[in-house]
Amino acid sequence: MLFGKIVGTAVATIKNPGLEGVKLLVVQPLNKHLQPVGSRKVAADAGLRAGFGDIVVLARSREASLALDVKGTPTDLAVIGIVETVDVTEEGFSYILKQGYSEF
Amino acid sequence: MEIGKVIGTIVSTVKHPAYHGKKLLVVQLMHQPDQPEPASLIAIDQTHAGIGDTVLVLREGNGVRQVTGIKDAPINSAIIGILDSIELH
Repeated sequence: MLFGKIVGTAVATIKNPGLEGVKLLVVQPLNKHLQPVGSRKVAADAGLRAGFGDIVVLARSREASLALDVKGTPTDLAVIGIVETVDVTEEGFSYILKQGYSEF
Repeated sequence: MEIGKVIGTIVSTVKHPAYHGKKLLVVQLMHQPDQPEPASLIAIDQTHAGIGDTVLVLREGNGVRQVTGIKDAPINSAIIGILDSIELH
């Protein structure tokens, strides 16, 4: 899953019937520092009624479709959680996979 | 699976039912020295991993549904192991 920020809503009258009644939210994917990364996308709201400016957790691909009540909703991105707090600490961590034997 | 380091925790009360009772952790994937740092991701914790742990991350929905036993769980990634050591020849 990944972080996103709700930056808008989208309306589509002419669309695949599977998207009937699904609330479309425009989201800006965020990185671990909650900074924007990549292009804005449209996510389906899985009934959590996330609002403008909310930081959310997004599910991708088939799991996004599974997040919605109606079976087989054609979506590849869905809001599955509204974030209250994020606590990321990184000092002293190395993310390098070194050659040889490493113990953690 | 992928190798990552747990770097953060997330509190989210309003979430999809399949996530109830699950801890959400922020994981930074590890990489070879000559490669750029890959993206981080969010995973549910199945092994009580803590900040700084080096972990195994399962990144495929079907696998996660098997691990959690939740039918139709909309979960992409789960931490399914805590690594003690790695040896790269």
